[in-house]
Amino acid sequence: MEIDSIQMQLLEQVADLHTVPEGAYNIRANGQMAGRHTTAHIDIITKEDKSGIDIKIQPGTKHESVHIPVVLSQSGLKETVYNDFYVGEDCDVTIIAGCGIHNGGDAASAHSGVHRFFVGKNAKVRYVEKHYGAGDGNGERIMNPTTEINLEEGAYLEMETVQIKGIDSTERVTRGKVADKATLVIHEKIMTHGKQFAKTDFEVDLDGEDSSVNLISRSVAKEQSSQVFLSKINGNNRCAGHSECDAIIMDEASVSAIPELTANHVDANLIHEAAIGKIAGEQLIKLMTLGLTEKEAEEQIVNGFLK
Amino acid sequence: MLELQHISFTAEENGSKKEILKDINLKVEERFVAITGPNGSGKSTLAKMIAGIITPTEGKIFLDGEDITDLSITEKAKRGVSFAFQQPVRFKGLTVKDLISLAAGKNLKVNEVCNILSEVGLCAKDYVNRELNGSLSGGELKRIEIAMIMARGTRLSIFDEPEAGIDLWSFNNLIRVFEKMYKDIQGSILIISHQERILNIADKVIVIADGQVKSEGSRKEVLPELLGKSAACKTLTDKME
Repeated sequence: MEIDSIQMQLLEQVADLHTVPEGAYNIRANGQMAGRHTTAHIDIITKEDKSGIDIKIQPGTKHESVHIPVVLSQSGLKETVYNDFYVGEDCDVTIIAGCGIHNGGDAASAHSGVHRFFVGKNAKVRYVEKHYGAGDGNGERIMNPTTEINLEEGAYLEMETVQIKGIDSTERVTRGKVADKATLVIHEKIMTHGKQFAKTDFEVDLDGEDSSVNLISRSVAKEQSSQVFLSKINGNNRCAGHSECDAIIMDEASVSAIPELTANHVDANLIHEAAIGKIAGEQLIKLMTLGLTEKEAEEQIVNGFLK
Repeated sequence: MLELQHISFTAEENGSKKEILKDINLKVEERFVAITGPNGSGKSTLAKMIAGIITPTEGKIFLDGEDITDLSITEKAKRGVSFAFQQPVRFKGLTVKDLISLAAGKNLKVNEVCNILSEVGLCAKDYVNRELNGSLSGGELKRIEIAMIMARGTRLSIFDEPEAGIDLWSFNNLIRVFEKMYKDIQGSILIISHQERILNIADKVIVIADGQVKSEGSRKEVLPELLGKSAACKTLTDKME
């Protein structure tokens, strides 16, 4: 199946792809495979029991990347895709997923990606996902990504998740299980506007000794949009957990930050920080004294905050 | 040239009115003018007024003959007024390079930002991509604040107590920055300060107390009066000769 220009534009937004990516890739467009490439160390296999793929990365694979973007340009299409990542011991890899929806019609388009990671001992993974919506139809653009992360001893996974534009409704569920000396880091960036709704739901079990998690969410809620940030960390061993929700609220938007920390071990060290507020007046004034208008100052502050 | 004519400002606090500035008349023609005076005398209010952050209750402000009294902060900035805050503002996410670029009004290259930062004594490569957040010390933020003013290079640069909140070691470096700026800058510098070493490099010193101009003139005229004529201060006044 050929990639058309709308789909190419979506690919650029969600995966920074301008041409065919290097390394392994699997491109899914309107529910079908539109391209795949495997390497000597990375295999991609279509699931037989349901929609989705298995990505198998051999132990010891270093400095390789996997791109698995999804684009939807057909209005009314709703799909759920299951992708499983098996990352072998001692790997050092980058995985780039992303979903772009262009909805020019009146029916809702929805993509639910269920991603499961099984990260082997001492492996290092950088996982990037971007969500983007476009199109001037009345149909809603809906994305509900679920991410399940299992880290074995000494493994490290850093996830960057970004949703800046165009998604009307999203419920983002992330679950993590972290073993001895393993570390999970999640950076989330969200901007909502119009009447959009975004819910983030993190739950991480720090099961291993000296395991750690750091959840960092920065968001901007504009106009009448609303956001909910749920973060739940369970410290079941000697561990360190930190979550941080930092939100700028504008216009008539609403933001809730709901932390839940449970320490089941005397050496569990868990911290939650949340700050929600409008742009500080002195920040606007400072940029205005540099010659920016109030609106330009606001844009700079928001862009910097989400950078 | 900056000129203030009959500037007054009355603030309302808990329902009662308080006169902060009373009929201030001033001209800033010299290249380096220092305003000094006791805490709470209205100096910062005056500086914020020139930058457009506060609007005077009465009076007019002229910049090179143009009445800028009612212009917004942005418009005043575009006319050539720069203002360094007493308490530098922190920004999550915006880097030193972003802010220096915004100040310069164009996207500066890394080496251009480096040149400006080295002017204020910061080792540029350590700072270019740092965020202007809580990880920077008071002294570092002060210098970056000054670097932004230098990047703008406008005809009037106002500094509100640049020495406030920094340690003595950083202060010594700061003095050098101002001494250098005095040599290099094209426009006028208006600086609010309590520090003798800053007053000592001023062409003109203005003393404000209780919302009024108490005295103004060259540093030779004003400083001996200000510092008292006691023997203890003679060493200092001698140094100024």
